[in-house]
Amino acid sequence: MGYSEKVMEHFMHPRNVGRIENADGVGRAGNPICGDIMAIYIKVKDDVITDIKFETFGCGAAIATSSMVTELVKGKTIEEALKITNRTVANALDGLPPIKMHCSLLAEDGVKAAIGDYKKKQELKNKVKL
Amino acid sequence: MGRFIYLDYNATTSTDERVVEAMKLYFNKLYGNPSSIYKFAQEAREAVEAARSKLAKILNAKPEEIVFTSGGTEADNFAIKGIAYANKEKGNHIITSKIEHHAVLNTCKWLEKQGFQVTYIGVNKYGIVDLDELRNAITDKTILITIMHANNEIGTIEPIEEIGKILQEINKQRITNNKPRIYFHTDAVQTVGKIPIDVNELGVDLLSLSGHKFYGPKGVGALFIRKRTKINSLLHGGHHERNRRAGTENVPGIVGLGKTCEIAMEEQEKEEKKPKALRDRLEKAIVEKIDDVIINGHPEKRLAGTLNICVKYVEGESMLLNLDLEGIAASSGSACTSGTLEPSHVLLALGIPPEVAHGSLRFSLGRNNTEEDIDHVIEVLPPIVKKLRAMSPFRKGREGGLRWDTQKR
Ligand code: FES
Repeated sequence: MGYSEKVMEHFMHPRNVGRIENADGVGRAGNPICGDIMAIYIKVKDDVITDIKFETFGCGAAIATSSMVTELVKGKTIEEALKITNRTVANALDGLPPIKMHCSLLAEDGVKAAIGDYKKKQELKNKVKL
Repeated sequence: MGRFIYLDYNATTSTDERVVEAMKLYFNKLYGNPSSIYKFAQEAREAVEAARSKLAKILNAKPEEIVFTSGGTEADNFAIKGIAYANKEKGNHIITSKIEHHAVLNTCKWLEKQGFQVTYIGVNKYGIVDLDELRNAITDKTILITIMHANNEIGTIEPIEEIGKILQEINKQRITNNKPRIYFHTDAVQTVGKIPIDVNELGVDLLSLSGHKFYGPKGVGALFIRKRTKINSLLHGGHHERNRRAGTENVPGIVGLGKTCEIAMEEQEKEEKKPKALRDRLEKAIVEKIDDVIINGHPEKRLAGTLNICVKYVEGESMLLNLDLEGIAASSGSACTSGTLEPSHVLLALGIPPEVAHGSLRFSLGRNNTEEDIDHVIEVLPPIVKKLRAMSPFRKGREGGLRWDTQKR
């Protein structure tokens, strides 16, 4: 189907699959184009993403980009993680077929949504403390 | 490559050796142009006419009612546009179904832009067109009804004969009332060579077929056009095919198609039995071994080799990729595998929710499949599904749908 070896490798052996109980942030992303979805779970400590897991319902590219983005994000600070775009992910996989580029948005959106959720929860916590 | 199991016969088939053999002569030995008058070229002419007779025979038509085309898509375009334009003074309304092949659907959509009106008839959950809806859709302006003989994705066989009878009645009245007659076209690309066909029993005026779907060559097909049908040509040029389709005949292809029909007539029964037994075995095993699977298409009125399933909570392309790595070639109606990124219009027309249609798989079996092939699929598919399901954020939802679930379990 025109996927690079790296895509196939991540597709066949995806990293960080699953969910995290008591995650600090949970993000959901949907692909408006083909209707696929993913969920990202993160654990954050001192502003660093210490653990990340994903669940994806989608094509080979969607699964491979999900897997890749978790590798890229793990161990990064929130600020660094927010800089990761779908292009970063696609490039790290040696590119995607043009028609599959949109799938990598799922990965970017998922991470951003999870971080957004984490920040919201932090705010709530801080409010309670005040 | 290790093992290779081809389960995509509805997409295309390998050309029968006997057909390849019959074609060979006409590439570089008897290469004359059938339109030329010298004796050498007349051999090519005779071969084309002999092939035409064979096509006529398999359809129970007359040789002069057969026009060769470049395949099923051209035959569909020719039938629909040809009738539409030749009869546009009489009416501008066309009726078709929601589950037609894109060769029909996109032709109809194009005609809508040219000022024609098209009604798309729905189907029941098995994919059978709603005959009442069809009857009610007919207006004084209707000039053409086009309904496929069998659906390529789910294999459901449509009640063409019944529609033919309905139209015969209606046309009788129309002719006495001086109203335009309604022409009836069927896209039989998936049925010719697989089930017996008689254009008179079916009551159709036009019928499309394609060589490579039943062990013939690619790039050649035909349109049956009943005598006295008012139709315009699609291609203009020389006086080929009785002025109906210009262009030097694809002699090797036509000879090959003729041979394909000849073989199909003799071996049809056998061709149908084997894939059916294997298909049933596969279907039974899948239902037993994988939960939350739905079988699409009509339980009985279905092409012998076609099995279309939806595996809930997983996406089709990811299943196909895994199957491919096991050497198994199949197809899917998932949005991710379609060039347009939309789920199969056929599955949606059956009332299947888009997220379930996403998990569709089509196995289409044919003459070279063996029990071992099927057993291999039965062995590898359940673990593939299990693995992908473990990755999916979808869970069982209400009313057979899926539920998006990121909560704790
Ligand atoms: S996620 Fe649907 S095409 Fe990639």
